[in-house]
Amino acid sequence: MVRIDGRGDGKSLIRARGLGKIYRRGGEEIHVLQGLNLDVDAGDFVAFMGPSGSGKTTLLNLLGGLDVPSAGSVTVAGDELTHMSASKLTAWRARHVGFVFQMYNLIPVLTAFQNVELPLLLTSLSKADRRRHVETALGVVGLGDRMRHYPRQLSGGQEQRVGIARAIVADPTFLLCDEPTGDLDRKSADEVLDLLDRLVREYGKTALMVTHDPLAAERARTVLHLEKGVLVEAAAAGRGQ
Amino acid sequence: MKYLHLVVSNLFRKKTRTALTAGSFAVALFLFGILAAVDGAFKQGVDVAGVDRLVVLNRVSIIQPLPLAYRDRIGRIPGVTGVTFANWFGGVYQDERNFFPQFAIDREKYREMYPEFIVPDDQWQAFLTDKEGAIVGEALMERFNWKIGDRIPVKGTIFPGAWEFNIRGVYKGRRVQDDTTQFWFRWDYLDERKTFTKGLVGWYVIRIANPDDAPRLVKVIDEQFANSPTETKTDTEKAFAASFVKQMGNIQLLIMSVGSVVFFTLLLVTGNTMAIAVRERTRELAVLKAVGFGDGFVLALVIIETMTVALVGGGVGVGLAKLFTLRGDPTGGLLPFFYVSPQSIVTGLGLALAVGFAAGILPAFSASRLRVVDALRRI
Repeated sequence: MVRIDGRGDGKSLIRARGLGKIYRRGGEEIHVLQGLNLDVDAGDFVAFMGPSGSGKTTLLNLLGGLDVPSAGSVTVAGDELTHMSASKLTAWRARHVGFVFQMYNLIPVLTAFQNVELPLLLTSLSKADRRRHVETALGVVGLGDRMRHYPRQLSGGQEQRVGIARAIVADPTFLLCDEPTGDLDRKSADEVLDLLDRLVREYGKTALMVTHDPLAAERARTVLHLEKGVLVEAAAAGRGQ
Repeated sequence: MKYLHLVVSNLFRKKTRTALTAGSFAVALFLFGILAAVDGAFKQGVDVAGVDRLVVLNRVSIIQPLPLAYRDRIGRIPGVTGVTFANWFGGVYQDERNFFPQFAIDREKYREMYPEFIVPDDQWQAFLTDKEGAIVGEALMERFNWKIGDRIPVKGTIFPGAWEFNIRGVYKGRRVQDDTTQFWFRWDYLDERKTFTKGLVGWYVIRIANPDDAPRLVKVIDEQFANSPTETKTDTEKAFAASFVKQMGNIQLLIMSVGSVVFFTLLLVTGNTMAIAVRERTRELAVLKAVGFGDGFVLALVIIETMTVALVGGGVGVGLAKLFTLRGDPTGGLLPFFYVSPQSIVTGLGLALAVGFAAGILPAFSASRLRVVDALRRI
């Protein structure tokens, strides 16, 4: 269940209230988000759409603890992010958020295995346990046979699937996907979307995705539109409904 | 250890750049090793000087002699337990490049004055029975492939003429740092053949009962010969060795100056390289922070990378310097103790790490302060 009217029942996994973000460029104030409310339940797959500059990525950054709001609050799984220190936010991200980036952002000098292993280095897992987790994650994304490959030896679609494996390997509370198919051809994009869809349906993951692509947005259970910093419309869409 | 592959992978990201940076450290530390070896060679005499020995020279100059008669007068001073003397010879063996120190020594007391030099009894007896006999340090024997019984021709410069000596014995040092490049022969042979300064010696070496008594004895000895035609200047052996080094110029200042310039340049070059490396990896560092690596981790990662390059490069440089000095004195006798000491190796590696740290700290700090959202927006 996704609501944007600020009347969630308090059981939402993700809750934003009166969220505002102002950037200052020179003497000018740019209101990117203005009093935005959002409630997302666990297991939802939400797509955010909107024109460039509408605040989609900013919203994702605030929900993922990468940035702090100018106004309002964000609560995820009971943790209020707004007043967390930078170091606490960093630790919180490691525990709760899996990021999927448009440009994949894999580290080119590390193999697929080592890239996926990165978030696990922050845990107390043994080497053997880390290996098992990484193999499982790469197996889920269908790249169990590409573990020793470097990013340059993979196609764009495969790189993004490694990026998704990295996002899910530590079993985070939710996934934040910023234009995950923005740099892919249609076929690869479909594969990545199939994968995200599977993660939500089969593994019960919660995913929030920013996209410009209507076909990608169709895969989400809920599509929200951001215009001029405000969520103006909610549409139930996709197969999940 | 679980982060080791991150450091190693990043170092191999730009192999040429890493190799060149490490190479800069290697060159700097090689130079440091050589300079330290030169400095050590000059200071060796100071380090091994006996604390219970004084040296009495002519007050006018080290090259002016002293009367032999002073020996007994010095020996009678309370607190003095032994007196011996020697004379610089300054001859040339085959070629002027074959420099080594030659001393005409007092055959009666010289050996007991220097217990750090070991001469087998039978060899010393052979030396005493041969007026043209010589005792040679083992390093010098090895340098010229001499053996006991060889007859060594030396061309006199201060004391002109063709001189020949029979090697009757070899002395060894009790400690590794003892100088075994000297050539000793009998002063009575020199005095017999020389045509001037007969009955005069180069300097006296005195053993005193109590090293703490040295300042008083220095004064007593010099007062004894004050207002005489040949006044003396007495000093501890250590001070004598130090003043001898000083005559060569301020070696340490020279070495410090060269070293400082080299290390400062290295600091700038490495700092710039690391700044470029960090700038190139802005997005990756942002990703690391996004997935949960803290500011401190990013700071440590960059610094450890720089310090690893510094340590590897520095280790190679010091190692090469060590190998170079294993070949021995490159000057043909001016620097008999030309080696890189373990202390110099530790100091060199410490310096490399310090420069690595200093070069890495600013780029590392800026990497740690990186804001994820800003960094991910940049391409």
